[in-house]
Amino acid sequence: MAVESAGTSVAERVRAVIEAHKGERGALLPILHGIQAEFGHIAPEVVPMLASELNMSRADVHGVITFYSDFLAEPAGTTTVRLCRAEACQSVGAERLVADAEQVFGVKVGQTTPDGSVTLGQVFCLGNCALGPAAQINGRMYGRMDRARLVELLVRAEGGEETA
Amino acid sequence: MITVYVPRDSAAVSVGANEVAAAIQREAGAEPVRIVRNGSRGMLWLEPFVEVETDRGRVGYGPVSPEAVPGLVEAGLFEGAPHELCQGVVEELSWMRDQQRLCFARVGVTDPLSTTDYEANGGLAGLRRALELDPADVVTQVTESGLRGRGGAGFPAGIKWNTVRSTEGELKFVCCNADEGDSGTFADRMLMEGDPFCLIEGMTIAAHAVGASEGYLYIRSEYPDAVNTMRRAIDIAYAHGWLGENVLGSGLKFDLFVRVGAGAYICGEETSMLESLEGKRGMVRSKPPIPAITGLFGKPTVVNNVLTLASVPTILADGPQAYAGLGVERSRGTQVFQLAGNIARGGVFETAFGITLGELVNGYGGGTRSGRPVRAVQVGGPLGSYVPTSQFGLPMDYEAFAAADAMLGHGGVVVFDDTVDMAVMARFAMEFCAEESCGKCTPCRVGAVRGVEVIDKITGGEDRDGNLALLNDLCELMTDGSLCAMGGLTPNPVRSALTHFPDDFMTNSARHEEAK
Repeated sequence: MAVESAGTSVAERVRAVIEAHKGERGALLPILHGIQAEFGHIAPEVVPMLASELNMSRADVHGVITFYSDFLAEPAGTTTVRLCRAEACQSVGAERLVADAEQVFGVKVGQTTPDGSVTLGQVFCLGNCALGPAAQINGRMYGRMDRARLVELLVRAEGGEETA
Repeated sequence: MITVYVPRDSAAVSVGANEVAAAIQREAGAEPVRIVRNGSRGMLWLEPFVEVETDRGRVGYGPVSPEAVPGLVEAGLFEGAPHELCQGVVEELSWMRDQQRLCFARVGVTDPLSTTDYEANGGLAGLRRALELDPADVVTQVTESGLRGRGGAGFPAGIKWNTVRSTEGELKFVCCNADEGDSGTFADRMLMEGDPFCLIEGMTIAAHAVGASEGYLYIRSEYPDAVNTMRRAIDIAYAHGWLGENVLGSGLKFDLFVRVGAGAYICGEETSMLESLEGKRGMVRSKPPIPAITGLFGKPTVVNNVLTLASVPTILADGPQAYAGLGVERSRGTQVFQLAGNIARGGVFETAFGITLGELVNGYGGGTRSGRPVRAVQVGGPLGSYVPTSQFGLPMDYEAFAAADAMLGHGGVVVFDDTVDMAVMARFAMEFCAEESCGKCTPCRVGAVRGVEVIDKITGGEDRDGNLALLNDLCELMTDGSLCAMGGLTPNPVRSALTHFPDDFMTNSARHEEAK
């Protein structure tokens, strides 16, 4: 993580997130979501800052971060594609879609393409179980997915367009 | 003014509802068209489902693609004219007409964030009634309604509330579990996106009944639209005096907060959710003590599922007898069944308990989407049993399912056609448990990993009988020895797959032999 970024130091940005949530009960999770949103990941350097601000041990903070799959140790690619692999989507070909996606992007689930453009992830249920296979691209949900639609949506996402 | 409804529900949006709404606005040109972004009616196979207000009622069209909009408008969409996509008057469709919508009464009908719509359609009647009553009487009414927890376990809601109410404490909490992580369930999401005030009302009634002053709504991060809708609805509710220092002028103080999960399935387990709300790892707690006595931050806490709390306003408004008059045996009222997976007509179908599984899957659901025969359905989520078609006569009733070694759970039904390999599904159940276990107890943490290995050995033809016996032992140990339902119920899908579809567990060569 860069020490200086856009004129504001990382420490200041972290402190601002903490300040925004410090008064809440069980503030660590909202704070971690805030840091994830601010930086795109939660770098190890942030852990001691959180620990001292929240009067927790570094081990405790680290333990919470690593328990939850939403909190990333490294930034994801420009576009994040998450394919649902839960039962309802499996019943309509989710595994075939996963295999197709791995072929299209040339990476396995959980990996980012070498150019950093796409992270291919998996998710267990997006709540779109009657319109599967379901996927989430940069936080937006899509239904009735297949290889052709995935490729088309990716092209549009890279063009900055949001459409179904 | 012509009113057109295009759902904002994320399932509808996932197949193009936003583009359809934009296309309708564009094609309307100079026509005075008002587009309302409603929730979904729950006929998900028809999404994006467009409705037009006419003298005959709301006329529906679906599935509408953005490309189809110009033709539809030309054919007379705004007058409710016939078209190949026209489904007729929505309230007269058998799918809608045959339901008894209590929980979902407003979902798909109203603008989810309109307080005017909410009150005009029966909203707040339950809360107003509750605030006139003594808290103990509110609890009694919920108990008399027979309402059981809709999250899956089916524990009587009134009994839980009574424990919280009668436990002394300066500070008590109401927590709503909206960590709807089970595959095949989406009713919580649809309710939150389609009628958020209903959940707020239910939680406020619970707060009054048990003496709680703070509420937390724990929504999984996979549901960003539900999070946004609930946050906006809560802000609106505060602005209208439905939440805060003096709820509806009654003197009740109730503050409600949204908390977002972070991608851990186990946080749908109530004690794990409480840990997560406290800002910790989502590790399951041992019970006792029960959350009703020692819950969030050690305080007495009501923990209920979204649909449990969303059922409460109607119980208070119409009286417990009306609710208890529906259903069968000890399963009273309605359940929001969710038809999912490989199904021709998937969606939500709210009706009284007692309808058979076959009526839902083959009747309303229309069988598989692929057109192939149904082979198995999984009821009650990833921890529920696989049920063969020979048991399609089973009534949707907690006890009837339990007696058939299955689990009704939250009423999610995932359909598979005859291409499914049940050994693969059994292996997946163990794999999923291994992936999502919180790791606190050994039967779940280690058992699930061993379960995958043993199933691989069985299907690989390695000492088949010995390993089947081992798998059976392992399942028994996980059932008896796990701390929570994660490890305790993972054997359900495994054992039911083995019982009903033993041939799938033969090795490929053995299956080949058999075919000769």
